[in-house]
Amino acid sequence: MKQKTDVLQGTLALMVLKTLDVLGPLHGYGIARRIEQISGDLLAVNQGTLYPVLLKLEQEGAIASEWGASENNRRARFYRLTKEGRKQLQAETQDWEQTAAIIARFFQVKAEDLS
Amino acid sequence: MRSLRRFLTRLFNTAKQRGQDERLREEIEGHIALQTEENLRAGLSPVEARRQAMLKFGGVEAMKEEYRAERGLQFIENFLRDVRFAVRMLRKSPSFTAVAVVTLAMAIGANAVVFGVMNALILRPLNVPEAQNLYGTEYGVDTGFQSYPNYVDLRDRNRSFDDLAAFTFAFVGLNTGDNPTRASGFAASGNYFDVLRIQPYLGQFFHSSDEHGPNSAPYLVLSYAYWHSQFQDDRGVVGRTVQLNKHPFTIIGIAPPEFRGTLLFVSPDFFMPIVNQEQVTGENLLNERGNTHAVFETFGHLKPGVTPAQAVADLQAVGAYLEKTYPNEFAQKAYALGHAGLTSFDSAVRAFMAGLMLLAGLILLAACANLASLFAARGADRSREVALRLSLGASRTRILRQLLTEAVLISLVGGSVGLLGSIVLLRRMSMWQPFPGAPIHVPLNPDARIYVVALVLAAVSGLLFGMVPVRQVLRTDPYQIVKSGSTGTVGRGISVRDLLLGVQVAICAVLVTSSMVAVRGLMRSLHGNYGFETRNALLIGTNLTMAGYGGEGIPVMQKRMIDAIEGVPGVEHVGLVNNYPPLVYGAGSRVNVFQEETKDLRPSNIASMPFRYDVTPGYFEAAGTSLLAGRPFSWHDDKNAPAVAVANREFAGRMFGSANSALGRYFTLQDATRVQIVGVVEDGKYLSLTESQEPAIFLSSRRSPSSQSYLVVRSQRDVQQLAPLIRSKLRELDAGLPADIDTWNTLLDVALFPSRVATVSLGVLGAMGGILSVTGIFGMAAYSVSKRLKELGIRMALGAQRKEVLQAALGRACKLLAVGSAAGLLMGILASRVLAFIVYSASPRDPLVLAGVVVAMSLLGLLATWIPAQRALSIDPARLMREE
Repeated sequence: MKQKTDVLQGTLALMVLKTLDVLGPLHGYGIARRIEQISGDLLAVNQGTLYPVLLKLEQEGAIASEWGASENNRRARFYRLTKEGRKQLQAETQDWEQTAAIIARFFQVKAEDLS
Repeated sequence: MRSLRRFLTRLFNTAKQRGQDERLREEIEGHIALQTEENLRAGLSPVEARRQAMLKFGGVEAMKEEYRAERGLQFIENFLRDVRFAVRMLRKSPSFTAVAVVTLAMAIGANAVVFGVMNALILRPLNVPEAQNLYGTEYGVDTGFQSYPNYVDLRDRNRSFDDLAAFTFAFVGLNTGDNPTRASGFAASGNYFDVLRIQPYLGQFFHSSDEHGPNSAPYLVLSYAYWHSQFQDDRGVVGRTVQLNKHPFTIIGIAPPEFRGTLLFVSPDFFMPIVNQEQVTGENLLNERGNTHAVFETFGHLKPGVTPAQAVADLQAVGAYLEKTYPNEFAQKAYALGHAGLTSFDSAVRAFMAGLMLLAGLILLAACANLASLFAARGADRSREVALRLSLGASRTRILRQLLTEAVLISLVGGSVGLLGSIVLLRRMSMWQPFPGAPIHVPLNPDARIYVVALVLAAVSGLLFGMVPVRQVLRTDPYQIVKSGSTGTVGRGISVRDLLLGVQVAICAVLVTSSMVAVRGLMRSLHGNYGFETRNALLIGTNLTMAGYGGEGIPVMQKRMIDAIEGVPGVEHVGLVNNYPPLVYGAGSRVNVFQEETKDLRPSNIASMPFRYDVTPGYFEAAGTSLLAGRPFSWHDDKNAPAVAVANREFAGRMFGSANSALGRYFTLQDATRVQIVGVVEDGKYLSLTESQEPAIFLSSRRSPSSQSYLVVRSQRDVQQLAPLIRSKLRELDAGLPADIDTWNTLLDVALFPSRVATVSLGVLGAMGGILSVTGIFGMAAYSVSKRLKELGIRMALGAQRKEVLQAALGRACKLLAVGSAAGLLMGILASRVLAFIVYSASPRDPLVLAGVVVAMSLLGLLATWIPAQRALSIDPARLMREE
């Protein structure tokens, strides 16, 4: 249970960073929508889980937030990537690509390749 | 780096969490609103749009919890929440809180005061550097007395002390130019201040290098307090010359304010070199090895690495040498080390403090037991709340933590209140001067140690009684309790709560017993037979040396004083006693007595060491001491007549078998004088009220006059009115003679001081014990009545009588009270044996005490069960049954 959350949070965090990197400052709903569009089901049910992740990133200094006006003229909290966040994103992207490549290769391996 | 930053932010967030909650709420709302709008655009109905948005968002509360966990530090947050909740809960039941806090405050306060006293008296008796390593030498049991030559040998021959200093008392008439006043101080060895390692506040101290034989160092160091009160902080006083008993002394320095001499309870006015002692006491003791009262105490720092045991062995070795060298003048006695400043009453003070500590500990225990039962009852009352929280998913640890927080909160508040009270009390006590005439005070300075001890005690006791409901919570079955409500029966067996209460009642009974024993003892000692009658008696203390008399002039002047006072109307008898009368200032000297036939007057041949009093004719009548056989002294028993003595019955019995057979018999004094016993008087008390019967002899003051003496005046009239008449009469004789006039009873206060202190402290502790058991019994009775209201109502509806209802409601409390009191009374009787050391004739086997304890405990029980009983009796069955 715990581990699943960790993996989810880890991937979510990376998605948040990438989303902010690509689209610039966004409020929570905007981020959730974007991730939903791209990842499909991951946030379809529990959009709320995004907020603890946002908080954690903010506390780490990867993102910053301030109040602004949303498209329907409501007060909304806008999150933007910081310099540190950009560095973190680069590092983690690299990590992730590496990991993903390794995992992918593992999955492609067939029994005869190892003999 | 990142994690540190996160920790700090979280810590910060914990502090400002309200705003954060607000922010999250707003964000969620905004999020859902945006989603709802989008759903509306997709064509859903408004209600459905919002529902879908909420569904998509997921569990808000779970997320909030996670968010909070992410944001702050959960343990701190939980703790703060616990504290807030505890405060709310306690505020909701103010009477419970008040009782708990007051109970604990009393207990902690009592312990802090006792500890404060112990801290001051035993842990750091003297306010000097390295006091822990400063030891006084005891020569014989509990006394530091030495002769001056013995001190010099001890100082020079021991290998254990850095250096040894010595001091004794000096009572002088101090004349700054106009008016002689009496002052009391220490005559100290030259190295006194150097051994103590203290520096003067002003000017300088005297040193060993100033001593060049008798009367070579006419220097005076004033204590800060005396300088402050008598010289108004005049800095120019250093260098000025004053008269001590008409001898010029130069004031060379002022001692620092925190230094109050080297004897606990005594604050000297001044310090003078002991080599000049002859000028103030009139006799030169510097060469008299046999006079073991020349030095009150010697003390010094042990050399580094020397243990007290080694030092004692070293002192014994010096003693063995002295005995071999001076067989007639030195008797080897056991040497020991005591704490400097306490040597003379180390064991008494220690025993007393140990007793007090024990009692204070019992109070704390009783308070804890009380609080434990309070908390247990409260825990039972809250079982429904606990069950509800359990079934809503709270973990048991969470609930226990909550309960403990409450307990610790109470203990801290109670502890702080108690601590504050005790500090106020200690400050007042240290300002207190029990005897206006004597330089006696109790130096108590609350320091950090007291705060620490009090708070630790509070926290520990909080945890202790906070643990009580733990079992209850762990066993709670939420289903059962929520279903059946909290009106479960009170257990039939003996519960922990009953046991606690029983123990507490027993402890209280111990305290009540001991305080009654002490009060009774004190009352008896006030009306005891001391072998003299203190009522209607005046004591007039004079020191003729202060007024310049000496040699043959002394007895002549004393006779003139006696004759003059006898002429005052209302005066019946006048007599004089050298030095001090019995039971005044704890002063008294013993004399070595040998059997008549003993020729070799070495210490090992001593037959008896009675107290010695030198008195004039008329003394026995004036003191009210009745003559059992033979004759009193006459004015003819002077230097030209054969030496005669009057013995007390104890001395006569010990030496010669009985009072009558002692008449006409002889004994020998140290100076080889043969003395004939011409009279026998009744026994009495001499040094302290608690002493066992001691032998005493009375010699004729005409044979060995002393300039320091007390006149005893007996009258049928109010002696207070006589005082001015006597004073003016004495002034007619010699206007320059300072005289202290007090009633004998006033001066007796000093002798009664220990038992007074013991009685007051026991009384206070006993009262506390009483209050504690009242609240304890009350709590239990009230609780049991409220628990069983319904049952009692049914019983009444079925026709139970008042008596039966009461029995059902309070029987248990009363049984506990009875059993506890009986146990406590027994223990109290055992404990009171200890008291007998402090309080004169303290005996628990006194029917009045036993009856008193029984009555007191019953009254307490009545008081405690009154309100619950009323409540049980006023039950209206019909109303009660309708209610549930």
